Amino acid sequence: MKKVSVSFTLNGDLVTAEVPPNWTLLKTLREYFELTGAKEGCGVGECGACTVIVDGDAINSCIYPILEVEGKSVTTIEGVASKDGALHPLQKAFLENNGVQCGFCTSGMIMSSKALLDHNPDPTEDEIRASIAGNLCRCTGYVQIVESIKNAAEMIKQEK
Amino acid sequence: MSDLLYVGKNIPRTIEVDKVTGRAIYIDDLKRPGMLYAKILYSKYAHARIKMIDTSKAEKLPGVRAVLTGYNIPDVRVGFLKDQTVLKKDIVRQFRDEVAAVAAISPEIAEEALDLIEVEYEELPGVFDPIEAMKEGAPLVHEVDARGKPIKSNIIPMPWKFKAGDIDQGRKGSAYMVKDNLSTTWVNQCCMGTSGCIAEFDMNNNLTLYNQTNVVFHDKQRITEYFAAIGLKGKNVRVVNTVVGGSFGTKLDTDIYEFISIQLALKTRKPVKILFTREEEFRALPPRQPARFSIEQGCDKEGRLTFRKAEAILDNGAYTSWGVTTPSVMIMPMSSLYRVPNVSFEATCVYTNNIYCQAMRGYGNPQATFAVETSIDRLAEKAGIDPAEFRLINSNHSGDITPMRLKITSCGLEECINSVKKRLNWGDKKQKQKNRGVGMASLIHVAGGARVYLSDGHGMMIKVDQDGHVDVLESGTDQGQGSPTVISQIVAEALGFRPEDISLTFGDTGLCLWDAGTHASRHTFMAGNAAIRVCEKVKKQILEMAVEQMPKLIKSGFKRRKRKDPNFVEPDLDYSLISSPEKLDIKDRMVFPKSAPDHPYFKLEVSQILRSGLHVGIGESKVVVAEEFYDPPTEMLDREMKGNLSLTYAFGTTGAEVEVDEKTGKVKILNLFAAHDVGKAINPTLVKGQIYGAGYIGAGYALTEEIKLEKGRVMNPNFRDYKMLTAKDVVPVEPIVIEPGDEDGPFGAKGIGEPGLVPTAPAIANAVYDAIGIRISDLPITPEKVLAALKEKRQQQ
Repeated sequence: MKKVSVSFTLNGDLVTAEVPPNWTLLKTLREYFELTGAKEGCGVGECGACTVIVDGDAINSCIYPILEVEGKSVTTIEGVASKDGALHPLQKAFLENNGVQCGFCTSGMIMSSKALLDHNPDPTEDEIRASIAGNLCRCTGYVQIVESIKNAAEMIKQEK
Repeated sequence: MSDLLYVGKNIPRTIEVDKVTGRAIYIDDLKRPGMLYAKILYSKYAHARIKMIDTSKAEKLPGVRAVLTGYNIPDVRVGFLKDQTVLKKDIVRQFRDEVAAVAAISPEIAEEALDLIEVEYEELPGVFDPIEAMKEGAPLVHEVDARGKPIKSNIIPMPWKFKAGDIDQGRKGSAYMVKDNLSTTWVNQCCMGTSGCIAEFDMNNNLTLYNQTNVVFHDKQRITEYFAAIGLKGKNVRVVNTVVGGSFGTKLDTDIYEFISIQLALKTRKPVKILFTREEEFRALPPRQPARFSIEQGCDKEGRLTFRKAEAILDNGAYTSWGVTTPSVMIMPMSSLYRVPNVSFEATCVYTNNIYCQAMRGYGNPQATFAVETSIDRLAEKAGIDPAEFRLINSNHSGDITPMRLKITSCGLEECINSVKKRLNWGDKKQKQKNRGVGMASLIHVAGGARVYLSDGHGMMIKVDQDGHVDVLESGTDQGQGSPTVISQIVAEALGFRPEDISLTFGDTGLCLWDAGTHASRHTFMAGNAAIRVCEKVKKQILEMAVEQMPKLIKSGFKRRKRKDPNFVEPDLDYSLISSPEKLDIKDRMVFPKSAPDHPYFKLEVSQILRSGLHVGIGESKVVVAEEFYDPPTEMLDREMKGNLSLTYAFGTTGAEVEVDEKTGKVKILNLFAAHDVGKAINPTLVKGQIYGAGYIGAGYALTEEIKLEKGRVMNPNFRDYKMLTAKDVVPVEPIVIEPGDEDGPFGAKGIGEPGLVPTAPAIANAVYDAIGIRISDLPITPEKVLAALKEKRQQQ
């Protein structure tokens, strides 16, 4: 298949991908850019393990066509910590509150909750749960994930 | 115990920072140079004769490197009862039967090649119900056994029989008796990371298998046996785990896809990766073993249990994996949950053309406990005794030896029941609310290893390099429970180092010593006990080195100071304070005399000593390394299925409060208190994580989760139709952690991986009964079943 060229911002850097036009954003991230943080848990947009942020919104990258990404800004889990390696409050909170167990859903969880906190720094528990309703986790029962997100919101508030 | 620095503390999972930064490498993420991708062609029928396979078109597809079928690989049987081959020939017996496999340069090409393989089948009559399958004249799933002897029945010749005391005697002594039929269905483990592995041979035909198993050494053993049968006897098998994306029992057996990747790697001389899609995960991974129970119990006038008699029929599916051994675990709750003197339990496993089954968190315990605890509730009601009180009357206690010969050491069951009762406000709520109800159920489970193999050992090696960094190597696996954090806490505590000084290497047969596997809630208990013992040896080596090196280091320090400052006078020190290892200790990486912990001169950073000890001279230089193979003094079950197979046991009680919507049939969980005797929480936050997660899976088991099989075909192989609970469903688990301490556990800890799941479903089922007076005897308790039962109840009134 003839490759297409797609340019967009990836974790703050301008990039161009040369990939087949039927590739998804997830496949492009994993195969072309070797950013394997976003995971394929189902491949059909049901589990959220592939969640990344596109222009501020959390989306399932496994069903997001790469052609749609042209000119947009994509943030993946690899772009969440600052460039000097300092963890984002969500990353710290997930480690401190046991919001991560096997970790397979974690990238997606953090991206969904980051999109939430970027828009809504002071969410209620219902809003938190709604924001990750599309992110399945088999290990935690979600309780400590919700606690992690609440804790991160507090950390962000205190930083400001 | 109060002066513990790290054990018992909520140390964050910083050691796993890769998991929150997208850097952790799962099998999905691992690529080997020149790697090929494999796909598997499954059967189109539940039971059929293969008349013809033509792979010629697939072989010609550009990018395809190998196409294998049962007709071009060695005809070798594998599996627990050696009742299947890697690729099936002549006959398929279930929809997941692997008929052919392709390796290609991309997964897409491999997939395309599958479509080009032509298979002609002649459909055979199938059997999809274990009761039907037991009948005379039922279609036979297998015609011959592993030795080629004709098989006359679908009943697997592995009868599970347990007897203790005398059931008739128990009946005679009973004032009240109940008899019930209960059943549970197939559920999928739903690991978020799907199954997969990479097989890679070197040119000497030694294999490295990148994998995500729970049991690296059993995996190695099974593959080594397979090697012997395919002409690779004596070749090495190295199993190396990547980060594991969840397990919940799925990785306890060596699955067929592992053998397929091995065959393809052998054929192509390239690394070959197989990675399941989610659909395959539902269709082609062995789920939790379903079971049908008939259970009878009795008690005397005071409510003391007199007997328990149960029979189980298990739908084994078409082949045999660990599902067939779940009755060995069912015997535990059947015989030993609560004090019951006379017990009989029999289980029959039956071949059908359904999907075959394996292990899932709790093994057979959730199934059996659903039966026991539903029946207990009914018996309490019949005897007119409050069900909580009834459970207290019959509670297990420390010092008990159960009919299975389990030796109960620490036991917090009474406290668990009482705390759940209190938190639920039991007395005020029981039988007092319309459409709302409370219920409880308890559990017993192994928590100090489980001697299911002749060795239940755990090997651990620790080395401390000259910079004072500690490497722990062990063959357990972390499938998410947090072992890197927990084991580093234990090692730091036992060695006098800090958790951040410790690196862990898990699950690599090439580097680590033998371990029976991370299953049966055994890892913290076994690795913790191994760690304490190996740390003792390591510490002794460091302190012996310190006795040699400390005086030298201190004196050379004085010499240096004298050179800089001619007026410096060397203090007159009592070197006897540091003259033997017994007089020294390590804390926070500092070595110091026990008699003078704050001595101004006799306190040295451990790496100074290690460096000095390494650079003494030929014959004198030393490295610090030690190992321990911890194998607890437990017993294999004997022929009567009796024996103390674990060094200690977990107890717990879950209390549920539910609301049932009479219009929709929906059950809402209002409260879920999960009290667990964990011995000692090494990391309370992580212990709660196990209880939250297990409670959540238990709630799904109770209410929503089921693999729907229609004549052997999985009808709901995706997350849209298989109903896993989501964050929005809110499973309000509240852990109650009870810590009586266990004398055999590392720092008093017992296993807690599986227990939280075990009593959840029966607690919810009992609460549903309290709410609407209906017992749903077949899990899950779906709205459809509730509505149908309510309708029936109304019609009867």
